[in-house]
Amino acid sequence: MNIVVCISSVPDTTSKINFTENGSKFDSSGIQFVINPYDEFGLTKAMMLKEKAGGNVRVITVGDALVEPVMRKALAIGADSAIRINANPTDSYFTANEIAIYLKENPADLIIAGRESIDYNSGAVGGMIAEILNLPFVNACNGLEIDGNSAKLCREIEGGKENLSASLPLVIGGQKGLVEESDLRIPNMRGIMQARSKPLMVIEPSSDENLTSSESFEKPAEKSACKLVEIGNEAELVRLLQEEAKVI
Amino acid sequence: MSQDLYQAPDYFLMDELLTEEHKLIRGAAREWVKREVSPIIEDACQKAEFPKQIIKGLGEIGGFGPYIPVEYGGAGLDQISYGLIMQELERGDSGIRSTSSVQSSLVMYPIWKYGSEEQKMKFLPKLATGEFIGCFGLTEPDQGSNPGGMVTNIKDMGDHYLLNGAKMWISNAPFADVAVVWAKNEKGRIKGVLVERGMEGFTTPETHGKWSLRASATGELVFDNVKIPKDNILPNKDGLGAPLGCLDSARYGIAWGTIGTAMDCYDTALRYAKERIQFGKPIASFQLQQKKLAEMITEITKAQFLTWRLGVLRNEGRATSAQISMCKRNNVDMALNIAREARQILGAMGITGEYSIMRHMMNLESVITYEGTHDIHLLITGMDITGENAFK
Repeated sequence: MNIVVCISSVPDTTSKINFTENGSKFDSSGIQFVINPYDEFGLTKAMMLKEKAGGNVRVITVGDALVEPVMRKALAIGADSAIRINANPTDSYFTANEIAIYLKENPADLIIAGRESIDYNSGAVGGMIAEILNLPFVNACNGLEIDGNSAKLCREIEGGKENLSASLPLVIGGQKGLVEESDLRIPNMRGIMQARSKPLMVIEPSSDENLTSSESFEKPAEKSACKLVEIGNEAELVRLLQEEAKVI
Repeated sequence: MSQDLYQAPDYFLMDELLTEEHKLIRGAAREWVKREVSPIIEDACQKAEFPKQIIKGLGEIGGFGPYIPVEYGGAGLDQISYGLIMQELERGDSGIRSTSSVQSSLVMYPIWKYGSEEQKMKFLPKLATGEFIGCFGLTEPDQGSNPGGMVTNIKDMGDHYLLNGAKMWISNAPFADVAVVWAKNEKGRIKGVLVERGMEGFTTPETHGKWSLRASATGELVFDNVKIPKDNILPNKDGLGAPLGCLDSARYGIAWGTIGTAMDCYDTALRYAKERIQFGKPIASFQLQQKKLAEMITEITKAQFLTWRLGVLRNEGRATSAQISMCKRNNVDMALNIAREARQILGAMGITGEYSIMRHMMNLESVITYEGTHDIHLLITGMDITGENAFK
């Protein structure tokens, strides 16, 4: 089976997020980048499928050279090759469109994206790829079994889960449940050494443009400090709730 | 132990001096420690048990002889990669790093550098995966800083050697499959001997009651007329320089490793100081706590660059034993001081197993003594710069 996993390079979940240039640019200094956790579940599932039924796993991303360490890690974990589309996307459409253009020329049986990336949270790339390629799409997918040309899937829904079936080729937006956290793989020495000789291809983007662009970013307001009111001073508590917190 | 929240400091952006592969290797070791070591290490130390279940994983992330060539089962990595792995392992626990660096530098290194082709093929691939565990016997009950005074000896019996004597304070001894033992022949020349588990007259009693390196097994090696096949002698180097060459490699690993413990103590203390409220504000806002934290990151940063430079020199084959001594001595002392200061920042919480600091501090009391004591390393520097030997 021929699998493509869409990988996003995102700030580590413990990173302190800041913006520069009047809140218009993300400040990447001192930030550690990791494989988007939802994508990592997908990559691990892809490795398991390959180990079971054979085939080939490619990882693809749209980004500049700064994303390559994350791609090398994916290769060290076991992907066979990596494709980087050399552009800095500002919206999901651009990313999805570029990946779809690549996939039209280089098709896959299964395309795994994450349900969303943990940085910009659009959650749209997988669905858009499916739409552009006219393929079925299952988002928030937390279970996948492949038998020949057909797939049995499980999807998270409000208060429960939905079991689905579809035929390949297929696009999914993966999440935890595809595999468990304990299944996630740490690159071993052999994998890191093999990754040296695996291809990481850089291809230039099409002339298509982003449809949206960010004007500025804002961080949530900082939590104000907790105020303690002495016992017997309930009047002050009521005044604070009324005049400062404005909740009564 | 509570969740491992570790974030490595990099105050002077040393990462920019590392290759992508260095960072990938370090990242893998760091993730592995978070996943496999942090959740179990406190319990292992409290029970004084070596966590044998981690051996396979330790091999997979390059904990056993990563610089050994690929044809012998190693990964053929450079010295900075080795150092970074040691840094991450010791960030977890000095005992785990000890297991790894004994196997790498004191067992695999001498077999690789001084062994025959047959010895390399027999032992190195199995040591690289952790299928075999090795130990190293140099120190004796009466010979610590003066290894040249050893009494352990081999006698040529024609078709074999007879080994007698005892070694002490040997990491990995209780369960080692093979021991690299240094013994004098009839001419008083020090030879490397491969002693295998199961040889008659060879026993490895465990050392109990340690307050340090509790997650690493320590023991004695006792040789009572052990018959050693002639093929088990390391043929390609003898004299005291042979074991000292291994110690250069191990001390280099310790220099990196102790940066890891220092970083862990600093990171823990910094987080705690920002969260702990006294007198209505975080203790990180008080000058005395800031002094401790600021001095810690300064010392860590200095040690990082000293050690990175040593790694570059080792890659080029130019690092001297005296340089390695200086770096080992500086870094262990730096880490021990940081552990003590960090413990103070955490107050009473610092003495509990809830945090790693006290465990690191107790471990470092061994590290500052083994592989050349703090004092002896100073005298090595002294001798190097004055030309005068002050330790004998």
